[in-house]
Amino acid sequence: MIGLPSYLVLAALVFSIGLFGVLTRRNAVGILLGIELMLNAVNINLVAFARFNGDLIGVVFTLFTISITVAEVAVGLAIVIAIFRVRRTVEADRLDLLRG
Amino acid sequence: MTLETVGFWVVAVVLLASSLAVVLTPNLFHAVLYLAAALVATGVIFLLLEQPFLFAVQLLLYAGGVVTIVVFAIMLTERLIGERIRQTSRHLVNGAIVAAAVFTGIAGFLLQAPLATVRPQPAADATVAVGRALVGPFAVTFELLGVLLVTALLGALYFARGEE
Repeated sequence: MIGLPSYLVLAALVFSIGLFGVLTRRNAVGILLGIELMLNAVNINLVAFARFNGDLIGVVFTLFTISITVAEVAVGLAIVIAIFRVRRTVEADRLDLLRG
Repeated sequence: MTLETVGFWVVAVVLLASSLAVVLTPNLFHAVLYLAAALVATGVIFLLLEQPFLFAVQLLLYAGGVVTIVVFAIMLTERLIGERIRQTSRHLVNGAIVAAAVFTGIAGFLLQAPLATVRPQPAADATVAVGRALVGPFAVTFELLGVLLVTALLGALYFARGEE
């Protein structure tokens, strides 16, 4: 049997990989992909805790986070496209309009 | 070695390999395809945790919806710029140090925490219970989620619309 710690360590690994992507990617879409990985790791945690504690609320919460993530990706990519129209680039380092 | 043990390790390897590929591959389009693989692997983990409904949601919304949206966004921006977007990374060492430190912190906490290793008997039908919870104690949250999705849709349309 695979215990709860195995699932949690796997989720922590995926979360760290996603964080690595967010920190190192230059492209705004690449950063979004890293955020997706991190949110996915959180979902694994929620479902694993729900299963091993015999509590359904974690599963319901996962449904909510999945839906909210989809909305977040749609808005995030729309912003990326809007920025691309104006600046002709999606490199996060060069998006410094608000820099004082 | 039960089927669940073998399945877990196979899925774990696939998930970690495709996650690494997402953050390391230079081609952005390939990164999205690897992300799809990672999302499907996560869905299989939900299946291993006896949540077939979440597996279906994961496939439909994440692997179907999110990946399609991202692919469309990449094709739109590539079409506008007229060349393939290369994805470069910076501060690789610093990023690796921060990510490793975060993982060490989480793992250190996990090793100390008293965690269950044996799962309780599964509920008769988890999907039915989830459905009842969604229209019972979580009904208001469920409705708010609908409002959020409409708002996000309108916001996305507003941001991505043409200049006219």
